[in-house]
Amino acid sequence: MTSTLSILLVVSAALFCTGLLAALSRRHAIFILIGIEMMLAAANLNFIAFWRFGPQSAQPIGVMVAIFAIAIAAAEAAVGLAMVIAVYRHYRTTNVDELDQLKG
Amino acid sequence: MNIVALIILAIFTLAAALAAATLPKLMHAALSFAVAFVGVAAFYFLLGAEFVGLVQVFVYVGAVAVLVVFTILLTRTDAQKDRGFNWSGVLVAIAVFVGLLWAIFKTQSLAINLPKAEPLTVARIGELLMTSYVWPLQCVGVLLTAALIGALILVMEEKR
Repeated sequence: MTSTLSILLVVSAALFCTGLLAALSRRHAIFILIGIEMMLAAANLNFIAFWRFGPQSAQPIGVMVAIFAIAIAAAEAAVGLAMVIAVYRHYRTTNVDELDQLKG
Repeated sequence: MNIVALIILAIFTLAAALAAATLPKLMHAALSFAVAFVGVAAFYFLLGAEFVGLVQVFVYVGAVAVLVVFTILLTRTDAQKDRGFNWSGVLVAIAVFVGLLWAIFKTQSLAINLPKAEPLTVARIGELLMTSYVWPLQCVGVLLTAALIGALILVMEEKR
């Protein structure tokens, strides 16, 4: 009994885990950020799916949450990529394994 | 909703996302990231949230993907390749996926039909943003301004 909603949730879970995979196993800082963006998109997909399949309320709350989440994710991406550039300037690397100066 | 279209779209999106997560060449991975987000936007169109789909295309494919490509070009190292791959991350991701799948297929209440809904117009979203959601909207405006200024300060050249 696979419903359309289950398929959407499975797609969203797979997208989330792909983002998790990118964030955990890549060494390059930019790809950690891309993984985080993918996880946020998976959460948004869940919001939209539940909004569409849930009881229709007066206000489209799922859509509103998704719009605000996209705006906040864009702000996060801008600051994160600026940090990657700033770190690159100091250390001449974007490999997060080499940024271990604070390690005890 | 057409189930075949949904599955084709799912395969397309997940293949692009997987390519973005695993391709060794940075530029190829960044471009497949943009393709994956076009796929996610297509899901929004299919679900009747056209405005969110458009915002997704504008913000992610239009702005964030270009920003990622610029960052890759600005931080160009000798080897454009991502060296090393942490295999324990793969294990964690698969474990999380199996856990989520178990939870999804265990839930009985997901088997519901698509309810009839009146289309959500952009005029309605704009009206809501200006009435009930005006306080979050202003907060997001302040946040975006702060993020813009913060990003500029972070990448500004330090005076010696």
